Amino acid sequence: MTTTEERTRHAPDRPAPRRAPSSAFGPRQLIAALPDALRKFHPRHQLRNPVLCVVWVGSALVTVFAAADPSTFTVAVALWLWLTVLFANLAEAVAEGRGKAQADSLRRVKEDTVAHLTDGRTVPGAELAVGDLVVVVAGETIPGDGDVVEGIATVDESAITGESAPVVRESGGDRSAVTGGTTVLSDRIVVRITTRPGESFVDRMIALVEGARRQKTPNEIALTILLSTLTIIFMLAVVALQPFAVHSGGEQSVIVLTALLVCLIPTTIGALLSAIGIAGMDRLVRRNVLATSGKAVEAAGDIDTLLLDKTGTITWGNRRATAFVPAPGTPLDRLVDAARLASLADGTPEGRSVVELCVTAHGRSAEATDDEKTGEFVPFTAQTRMSGVDLHGRRVRKGAASAFELDETTRGVVDGISARGGTPLVVAEDDVVLGVIELSDVVKPGMRERFAELRAMGIRTVMVTGDNPLTARAIAAEAGVDDFLAEARPEDKLALIRREQEGGKLVAMTGDGTNDAPALAQADVGVAMNTGTSAAKEAGNMVDLDSDPTKLIEVVRIGKQLLITRGALTTFSVANDLAKYFAILPAMFAAIYPQLDALNVMHLASPKSAILSAVVFNALVIVALIPLALRGVRYRPAGAAALLRRNLLVYGVGGVIAPFAGIWLIDLLVRLVPGIG
Amino acid sequence: MPSTAAGLLQVGVLVAALAAVYRPFGDYMARVYSGTRHSRVERVIYRLARVDPASEQRWSTYAFGVLGFSFVGIVFLYVLQRVQSVLPFDYDRGNVPEGIAFNTAVSFVTNTNWQSYVPETVMGHAVQLVGLTVQNFVSAAVGMAVAVALVRGFTRQRTDRLGNFWVDLVRGTIRVLLPVAFVFAIVLVALGVVMSFRSGVDVDGQTVAIAPVASQEVIKELGTNGGGVLNANSAHPFENPNGWTNLVEVFLILVIPVCLTRTFGTLVGDRRQGYVLIGVMGVLWSAMLTVVWVAEAHGLRPLEGKELRFGIPSSALFANTTTATSTGAVNSMHDSYTGLGGGATLLNMLFGEMTPGGVGTGLYSILVMAVIAMFLAGLMVGRTPEYLGKKLGRREVTAAAVSILAMPTVLLIGAGVTALLPSTPGYLNNSGEHGLTEILYAYASASNNNGSAFAGITATSDWFQASLGVCMALGRIVPIVAVLCLAGSLAAQRATPATAGTLPTTGPLFASVLGGSVVLVAALTFVPALALGPIAEALL
Repeated sequence: MTTTEERTRHAPDRPAPRRAPSSAFGPRQLIAALPDALRKFHPRHQLRNPVLCVVWVGSALVTVFAAADPSTFTVAVALWLWLTVLFANLAEAVAEGRGKAQADSLRRVKEDTVAHLTDGRTVPGAELAVGDLVVVVAGETIPGDGDVVEGIATVDESAITGESAPVVRESGGDRSAVTGGTTVLSDRIVVRITTRPGESFVDRMIALVEGARRQKTPNEIALTILLSTLTIIFMLAVVALQPFAVHSGGEQSVIVLTALLVCLIPTTIGALLSAIGIAGMDRLVRRNVLATSGKAVEAAGDIDTLLLDKTGTITWGNRRATAFVPAPGTPLDRLVDAARLASLADGTPEGRSVVELCVTAHGRSAEATDDEKTGEFVPFTAQTRMSGVDLHGRRVRKGAASAFELDETTRGVVDGISARGGTPLVVAEDDVVLGVIELSDVVKPGMRERFAELRAMGIRTVMVTGDNPLTARAIAAEAGVDDFLAEARPEDKLALIRREQEGGKLVAMTGDGTNDAPALAQADVGVAMNTGTSAAKEAGNMVDLDSDPTKLIEVVRIGKQLLITRGALTTFSVANDLAKYFAILPAMFAAIYPQLDALNVMHLASPKSAILSAVVFNALVIVALIPLALRGVRYRPAGAAALLRRNLLVYGVGGVIAPFAGIWLIDLLVRLVPGIG
Repeated sequence: MPSTAAGLLQVGVLVAALAAVYRPFGDYMARVYSGTRHSRVERVIYRLARVDPASEQRWSTYAFGVLGFSFVGIVFLYVLQRVQSVLPFDYDRGNVPEGIAFNTAVSFVTNTNWQSYVPETVMGHAVQLVGLTVQNFVSAAVGMAVAVALVRGFTRQRTDRLGNFWVDLVRGTIRVLLPVAFVFAIVLVALGVVMSFRSGVDVDGQTVAIAPVASQEVIKELGTNGGGVLNANSAHPFENPNGWTNLVEVFLILVIPVCLTRTFGTLVGDRRQGYVLIGVMGVLWSAMLTVVWVAEAHGLRPLEGKELRFGIPSSALFANTTTATSTGAVNSMHDSYTGLGGGATLLNMLFGEMTPGGVGTGLYSILVMAVIAMFLAGLMVGRTPEYLGKKLGRREVTAAAVSILAMPTVLLIGAGVTALLPSTPGYLNNSGEHGLTEILYAYASASNNNGSAFAGITATSDWFQASLGVCMALGRIVPIVAVLCLAGSLAAQRATPATAGTLPTTGPLFASVLGGSVVLVAALTFVPALALGPIAEALL
């Protein structure tokens, strides 16, 4: 696992620079999507969506009958039924269109690259095979995904990640993965190609944002079955209505029955279902996360347990000096001076942080004086377990507590620091202990709130760390995680995931090293860092281009939002039917049973205007809800019951009320049309 | 005492009695179906039937057992009626005609007990006792077995075994239905219900048919069967002589469907899961009772079609209970009810018989509805939907959808074709909206395995005998197979532990979602048809 500065360089909430925030939805997008929407009228496309398929067939049927008996009413109904199909196509086309622009910019990256093989051959990038060794020098584009097997170079990955600062890629270790289409800025590296052309990272990304190879996710399939069931129920209800109507002496026209059917079946959610899925993936891509499948995104919404590495994710990764505790009888100033002296030449992050503390808290200078520079630096070794400086015969040292003879009081201080999760560094001059520097792992700001948020979502966070249990417990308490795994080796992580899954839980984790790969593969949602090895990237089902481990929280949110949007729009769609019954049934049957006119609570002008208004409302509501489908419904972390109550109120009760108002308003206009009102 | 106060008192006594037996009887049934020991009688039965009671079955084997048992039951019952003339106690009533025999065989095996015949003149005591009464017991036990198998789907993990159908069938019959029936048959006799093997008694020079009524009456109600020994059913003074028997009969109808929710809660290890179901059932039952009661009390001819011994409140209580439980026994003629009151009894059936529904069938029907409701509600909280720790994916939703689709499909097709037939008006007492209500009621009664007759329709033509028979068979079998398939895929899953992100299924929120789903599904499906029948009548 890396603890690179690279990772810490990314603040958690840094917006993705290249992928602009989702542009507002407007008429221009609708017009741009129109050609695609018209292409989707092809029956083969319609067959994929049972609800819209029924509308399509109904429209065709009504058109035939309208042609046989043309009137303002019949033609208007036929037209609006076709518009219903068009609006549904439009919703999908708009969602797909948003991905197209991104795909185009990515395609430019893929433009013909040339590969210089180590055996001297030069082939086009598209003809590389897995295992080929390719030499890339400064200024060249890396021809395919692979691992650096020789050399070190700085690479510009902005084409993929949108991050303009170059990154270092080197052979061995956890920073060996390079992506095809990125550019080497300095030096020379040898890359072993790991993916076949056409299956590279960029190819996958293009397919993803275009929604080209989008398959229905398990939840989408289950919902489609439910929607089909509703459609069948309504078909039965409407088909059986004709015999009842005939029996009652009021036969209905095919046009009116079809209009009723289309209004009742869940066209709203049917029309928006695939747009919701595409838009969900799009939201993920906009946050610089690539998922290998929509299934993984849905699984993210179900996560019960989240494994987070402590270093770099929960804490800044470097231990920092936070306090000086002088030994009995030693003035604080003496300890601070000695600590500063011992650390001036110490380039480690810990050493720098000691100097920093001397500067910020005790007013010392950060720069060594000329005199101080004459001192001889004594580096840290595993034998001495201390480092320091020899200056004018003074031997100033700092190091592990176990390297020094400690008195009772100092021993107590050292133990206390350890218990708090800190690391004690003892400072001594000429073997006389002066005091202790407290180094602590500093928890990133805002982590406690984020974990509280996760807890509200029902997600348990487990911190994974190589620290001893004592230290781990202290940091876990400070960060507010629910549990921790101390002294963790990669196999412990894998075992923990298995154990959680055995109990029926879904587990998510982030990782970057090759030794994370098995755990990433085992986890239900494994997010690999883009800075990591290709083994890790292959094993996970998502890649975070920003390499920000806290991004998992965003992923979970998007997964949940996806499901909520589907559920909310289904509820809305079904709730709409009540008003449609009140509009259409009296219109159909008031002629037979005048008392049914009491159900015409909206006081619609005439049977024709009532039916037409319901059809028009049914079509327009699709367009009105496209922005919601693309954006996703608002999601605030809360308990399940609170979420359900809110969504039922907004989309259930709202879904009952909205069509009453909508149909009534449309009727006010429709009744003005000659031959209708 | 004014009749309203008396009525309220009756409802109060009924609810108190059900509350008193709820825990002990519900827990007793839980022990019946989860115990591992077999009584001596049961061991003899298993040995005779060559059943290994320890071997558990997959969902498909379990379903095959249900189907096979039902098929054999239909054939046996059909043959028995067709050879009635050679059986004892037939009183020269002769062999039952084919149409009636087919319809009756299907009707009693599917726990519908739709009767297209006049028992006093068609059925002898032998067919009644050996054929119909036996089916009254075992068809009820089948319903309970299927419900228990579905509950096992929720409680078990990572297994393909749902229990043994034959064991569940035998235990339901011997340990639940028989003892309760035995005790209450004596109670009914003590309260004045007739029990005699003679064919009739002379009253003022007129012969009035009698029969061994009490023993059949008790299981008719307890098993939510509803098929009367006498044509007038529970309106007949020999079946239901007074207010006390009326109350006992209503209690018997409700006791198993109500207490099974406790059994469910106990078996799934969280009693509140059962309380929420009985809560939803109870609220809907009470609401519909209020509608029927008020509608009848304010109708134009309040006592027309009602037994004067009972009056409005007891008639409304009985009518509401019998249609809400798939029983179909009647103590008054629903055809004579007001548009609203009669429509309400029809709506009780259109809910899909789950308020509280028949023995076993009510429990599994409302659990299927809960699966559908939780699928939508679960989406709205942003997780893959789950119920009682089991995920609701493609297979679960498909099975639940098939189970729910069966009833409206056969009902609407049957009623639709009937409405179109030119001969239909000749069989109806009424034309116009009430005539359509009569058709809808008949097919709702058959498709929901209720069996109550609206009366006012003469359902003896070949078309009615055959089509109603098919509706009864499909309305019973398709949901059972789908429910067992659902149970199979639930049992194969491992349970997901509840977290703060899990939607609780015990509070009023879930109750309103579930109750709302029951009403909404029925309303969306049937409002167009109802508009031309009861709604048009009620608005008149």
